[in-house]
Amino acid sequence: MDVKDIIKKENFVYGKSKVLTDNPMHYCPGCTHGVVHKVLAEVIEELDIQDKTIGVSPVGCAVLAYNYLDIDWHEAAHGRAPALASAINRLYPDKFVFTYQGDGDLASIGAAEIMHACNRGEKQLTIFINNAIYGMTGGQMAPTTLEGMKTATSPYGRNVALHGYPLQITELIAQLPGTCYVTRQSAHTPGAVRKLKQAMLKAVKNTLERKGTSFIEVVATCNSGWKQSPVDSNKWMVENMFPKYPLGDMKDI
Amino acid sequence: MADYMLMKGNEAIAEAAIRCGCDGYFGYPITPQSEILETLALRKPWEETGMVVLQAESEIASINMVYAGAGCGKKVMTSSSSPGISLKQEGITYIAGAELPCLIVNVVRGGPGLGTIQPAQSDYFQAVKGGGHGDYRLIVLAPASVQEMYDFVDLGFELAFKYRNPAMILSDGVIGQMMEKVKVGEYKKRLTDQEIVERYGSWATTGKTPNRQRNIITSLDLDANRQEQFNLKLQRKYREIEENETRFELINCDDADYILVAYGSSSRICQKAVDLCREKGIKVGLLRPITLFPFPTKAIQSFVGKVKGFLTVEMSAGQMVEDVRLAVNGQCRVEHFGHMGGVIPSPNEVVKALEDNFIKG
Ligand SMILES: Cc1ncc(C[n+]2csc(CCOP(=O)(O)OP(=O)(O)O)c2C)c(N)n1
Ligand code: SF4
Ligand SMILES: [Mg+2]
Repeated sequence: MDVKDIIKKENFVYGKSKVLTDNPMHYCPGCTHGVVHKVLAEVIEELDIQDKTIGVSPVGCAVLAYNYLDIDWHEAAHGRAPALASAINRLYPDKFVFTYQGDGDLASIGAAEIMHACNRGEKQLTIFINNAIYGMTGGQMAPTTLEGMKTATSPYGRNVALHGYPLQITELIAQLPGTCYVTRQSAHTPGAVRKLKQAMLKAVKNTLERKGTSFIEVVATCNSGWKQSPVDSNKWMVENMFPKYPLGDMKDI
Repeated sequence: MADYMLMKGNEAIAEAAIRCGCDGYFGYPITPQSEILETLALRKPWEETGMVVLQAESEIASINMVYAGAGCGKKVMTSSSSPGISLKQEGITYIAGAELPCLIVNVVRGGPGLGTIQPAQSDYFQAVKGGGHGDYRLIVLAPASVQEMYDFVDLGFELAFKYRNPAMILSDGVIGQMMEKVKVGEYKKRLTDQEIVERYGSWATTGKTPNRQRNIITSLDLDANRQEQFNLKLQRKYREIEENETRFELINCDDADYILVAYGSSSRICQKAVDLCREKGIKVGLLRPITLFPFPTKAIQSFVGKVKGFLTVEMSAGQMVEDVRLAVNGQCRVEHFGHMGGVIPSPNEVVKALEDNFIKG
């Protein structure tokens, strides 16, 4: 049998989502952002909602997310994505709106916007990439940076007396009556990616049904900012991030 | 038959928004403009026209809601007063940078800081020179009556969409709070989503359909040369706006020896001052800029050589006076008279300032 006989449409078990563009991603090799983009693209394709999806990208490494998903995008100011999405979902109630935000964007400068959007029960989804660091600006301390963790602006390690505590913002968001689904996932193993996709499918469906705000935190790595190899980063994440940011659903109604 | 209503300037903004087919208002309370959001909440336009009204958690959030609504091709607006407008500058520069149409209303109060809730005109620089970071301009309209508060909502949106540029109504606490008779217009229908796709589908985020490329609303371009080209394009747009959209009013200027230059509520005070001067035999006229950007530079220049001097009257330390001086470029005397911090000048004070500066001694 020739290879050509095998490469046939009916034999394909996996392919690149049509919602992903052909642009090469600018993310560092091993970065979690790319994996989450892929999962989101697949969900949009499977639910056949490309023409009704509007994404709101953050300021952070994912600022250029609009280069990779073939949908309409609105690039927000730092931290303000939830406010943008609130207006869009109210002006276009039949569309699907999501925000994609890092931990600096969402939990620091944009803490007010995410809290109030969730509290209003805005019919939108937030995907929150928690890599415990400001990746884009070169690895400074984030509100989610772990105690003792070294960053460019906490070179001796995060000292809670000086810098405050790592912020478990997803736990706070789960308390808000406006949210209908709040979960914490990861994307470091094939199993984790499959679980993430299930969570994403549920969250998008919730949003389409206008049930309330859905919120997915993805505990992520930033191997460049953490100054570790991608493999070591995954290990470090499991050992250090997961105890502080345990995976699983916090709310599902 | 035309409909007339008696209302406050702030209420006129709300009424005009509903009637002109506005799709969304996003605001946050602050004196002296809270009646705009209050009137909208009471009027419930979402039941009448489908207009969205939302009290946001802050001015920052509300302007970012406007940013998004504008990106979707919707006719959206916000309003605030000075401290709130300072907070909105982040969103305003993004909107200018993404070339989106929207309307922002500033009912100015005295500053700096928390200042006072009394009227002032001390946000002129912020409004006409950009306000936020980067090289950009707003289209700035200065109403001098409650009728103009009403009319400039529609005009502001029209200009904003024509040039895909944010427009601002620069009002003040006097115009916002005073009541006058207003001729209100017919209801204009809001555009349907399909009409928005037809008109603005080439740029607005209405959902990517198979027949077009994805639309991306952004002000980001990391390539320096492309960013400069984009800036040059913005500058060409501002020159075009200057060419086509400058608006002003001349009162008794034909035979004038002196010209008062004033906008908004100061221009109303100056109208009285012109009458008082004429009674005294001093030939005074009034030039009232209606657009502050674009500024009526040429109109002011046209009086050089004909008049003995200009007196600007502003409720500020003298901000617009700089643009009048730039216009005459040293060829005519330009003086300023004003009050600050919420104190309103009287017509007699204006007459005295004119006499002290130009006639006595
Ligand atoms: C108003 C404003 N302040 C600061 C910045 C600089 N800045 C850009 S990205 C960023 C942090 C991004 O970190 P995060 O949200 O965690 O995203 P990541 O890059 O880690 O994915 C900062 C502070 C900015 N662009 N705008
Ligand atoms: S800096 Fe960190 S978050 Fe940014 S692309 Fe690289 S690994 Fe990813
Ligand atoms: Mg981060």
